[in-house]
Amino acid sequence: MNAKTVSIKVNGMPFFVHEGTTVLEAAKLVNVKIPTLCYHPDLPAWAACGICVVKVEGSPKMFRACSTPVEDGMSIITHDPEIVEVRRTVIELILSTHPNDCLQCLRNQNCELQRLAAEFGIREMPFEYNINQIAVDDSTTSLILNPEKCVKCGRCVKVCQGMQNVWAIEFLGRGDSTRIAPAGDVLLAESPCIKCGQCSAHCPVGAIYEKDETQKVWKALQDPTKHCVVQIAPAVRVALGEAFGLEPGTLVTNKAYAALRRLGFKGVFDTNFGADLTIMEEGSEFVERFVHGKGDLPLITSCCPAWVDYLEKYYHDLIPLFSTAKSPQAMVGALSKTYYADKSGIDCRNIFMVSIMPCTAKKYEIVRSESMYSSGCQDIDVSITTRELSRMIKSAGIDFLNLPDEDADAPLGIYTGAGTIFGATGGVMEAALRTAYFLVTGQELKNVDLEDVRGIEGIKEARIRMAGKEVRVAVAHQMGNIEQVLDMVREAKVKGKELPWHFIEVMACRGGCIGGGGQPYGATDEIRKKRLAGIYKDDSTRKIRCSHQNPAIKQLYAEFLGKPLSHKSHELLHTKYTPRPLYTR
Amino acid sequence: MTTATEPVKLTAGLQQFIAEWKDRPGNLIMILHKVQEEYGYVPRPVAIQLSKELDVPLAKIYGVITFYHFFKLRKPGKNKISVCLGTACYLKGGEDLLHELETLLGTGVNSTTDDGIFSIEAVRCVGCCGLAPVLMVNHEVYGKVKKDQLADILAKHRES
Repeated sequence: MNAKTVSIKVNGMPFFVHEGTTVLEAAKLVNVKIPTLCYHPDLPAWAACGICVVKVEGSPKMFRACSTPVEDGMSIITHDPEIVEVRRTVIELILSTHPNDCLQCLRNQNCELQRLAAEFGIREMPFEYNINQIAVDDSTTSLILNPEKCVKCGRCVKVCQGMQNVWAIEFLGRGDSTRIAPAGDVLLAESPCIKCGQCSAHCPVGAIYEKDETQKVWKALQDPTKHCVVQIAPAVRVALGEAFGLEPGTLVTNKAYAALRRLGFKGVFDTNFGADLTIMEEGSEFVERFVHGKGDLPLITSCCPAWVDYLEKYYHDLIPLFSTAKSPQAMVGALSKTYYADKSGIDCRNIFMVSIMPCTAKKYEIVRSESMYSSGCQDIDVSITTRELSRMIKSAGIDFLNLPDEDADAPLGIYTGAGTIFGATGGVMEAALRTAYFLVTGQELKNVDLEDVRGIEGIKEARIRMAGKEVRVAVAHQMGNIEQVLDMVREAKVKGKELPWHFIEVMACRGGCIGGGGQPYGATDEIRKKRLAGIYKDDSTRKIRCSHQNPAIKQLYAEFLGKPLSHKSHELLHTKYTPRPLYTR
Repeated sequence: MTTATEPVKLTAGLQQFIAEWKDRPGNLIMILHKVQEEYGYVPRPVAIQLSKELDVPLAKIYGVITFYHFFKLRKPGKNKISVCLGTACYLKGGEDLLHELETLLGTGVNSTTDDGIFSIEAVRCVGCCGLAPVLMVNHEVYGKVKKDQLADILAKHRES
């Protein structure tokens, strides 16, 4: 941390700030809000929109607050009639290229441009409308790109290329025909897009958004021939409350169960049960590879469908390292239409399984390969995001905050602390190590809190001793961080050197699923940390914190699957991976 | 028929040029210029191959070739007609010439006739404003052009 401070004034108010602070950040320190549009705290400032202009005394030109560092003695004026007029003109120009259909827009009341227009009191349009008419791209299972609504702020491009290193989209063309699209104007589904949805989570307007599938869910709920069941992912429970005004990280698990029952679901399950099951399968897979030498190391986790898509597209040679265990979502899906169907005497064709996910890529996962139809039906019928669920709850007139706490249905709703931390970066690794330790040594780990793999740092490492052998693990999140990790693995393999790690966890989104592309808008590191704290609180307050101790999991193996990696487990709970081209056109 | 994503073999000249420029700053633009020199445009399979050889994402390559008007994404016709729409030519009716050509050739600006013989593009100043309105066919300049001369100009180049 640079300790050097400089003396500045904001609107005549003198104070000290650290050297290198931007004018925007400095103003925030003294409770002055400079309006922004293209700026996002996750991304480097690139001064595209021009809304954050300020004056500096002694200089004839205006500076962009987002990208101007403070200097000693600087006297900044953030608001005066001339500055406000310039900002207003910028907003009016943007509005003149933006369809005026807020009432029909998915971002209505949740749109940063709408908010700016309201704050500036825009009442009339002085400029002629000039809307770029480009077709909507709804080619992927997960995301809709509507270029007409695009304000060219560039956040999605910066996220896709910088944070995620996916490069599915880019600015094409120039001037007023600039558009955001995959290379050569092919469709998103034909591009390297991994469906992580971070573009949609960062878009300030309704130009990129999740494919809304709530109508499919409403229809099934109204269909008397359908027995609707639902599962809710770990990360949803610490973010759903935000849509109802609660602090990020507030645990709303039991209210969410209650809301789902009121929406009409007959069976309320928890993806965390699937997470515990994933640990049994993946943990056993790790023991097979690490202790018995059956299979390639390092083992790499595969619960994140955006990550699966990335590896299938970018790292064909590393596919054998992938865990074949399905994701928790897919496991609960398969079991709801086999184990649960058998137990309740309902034909799998009449069960309608909906998953509530923090993720847009989960919409892709449910149809990714033929193994997603392992029950004989499509294992999961519809996957919706946290944002879609919050809209359903609101439109059903459910007073979410005043709902009573309810429990999920046994057995597919019973979970341990290890299951819940799947929603956090490092959580899958931590949960796996808790159980792998037991599987290797026959003893329980004394301290199950593996702090080394927790937190928001991009790449984390840890070592743990099991039966005289050291296990080295790595955890990476935010897709752009993974290249470094995989390149080290590849280099070690090619040169025949010792592997840097035996086990690697990857999650595509920053912070893990809690920062997923389908979560409520506005995630920043501050919010991600609160959601993470909520997840670890759920873990630390549970009586059982290791997957292999989950009584419902034990019962499942005793009654139905036999043992981990059994023939039946392989049929229902494991999958295969296929190399895919970056571009199909 | 080959698809865009099938690997293509780059010409020896291009390969040598890439080898020369690969590790130098600003190489992408230089190599793209060379590609256009060889092919007359930047074919998608070549762009995909370049992306692999230079380890530059395809999105970035398209960002560059769609930003600069110089780069063409489609194969140009045997004869390239450039209609000047610089200030002087524009005022002297350059746009009328463009529309007339579009009608005569049955194709729009920045595209090529079905028989591949002509392509039309609009350009900014070609540097002989005194002759406005100006158009060029390949490297031949036509000045003070009137609409009714266009058919003859086309006929001359169609035959050559």
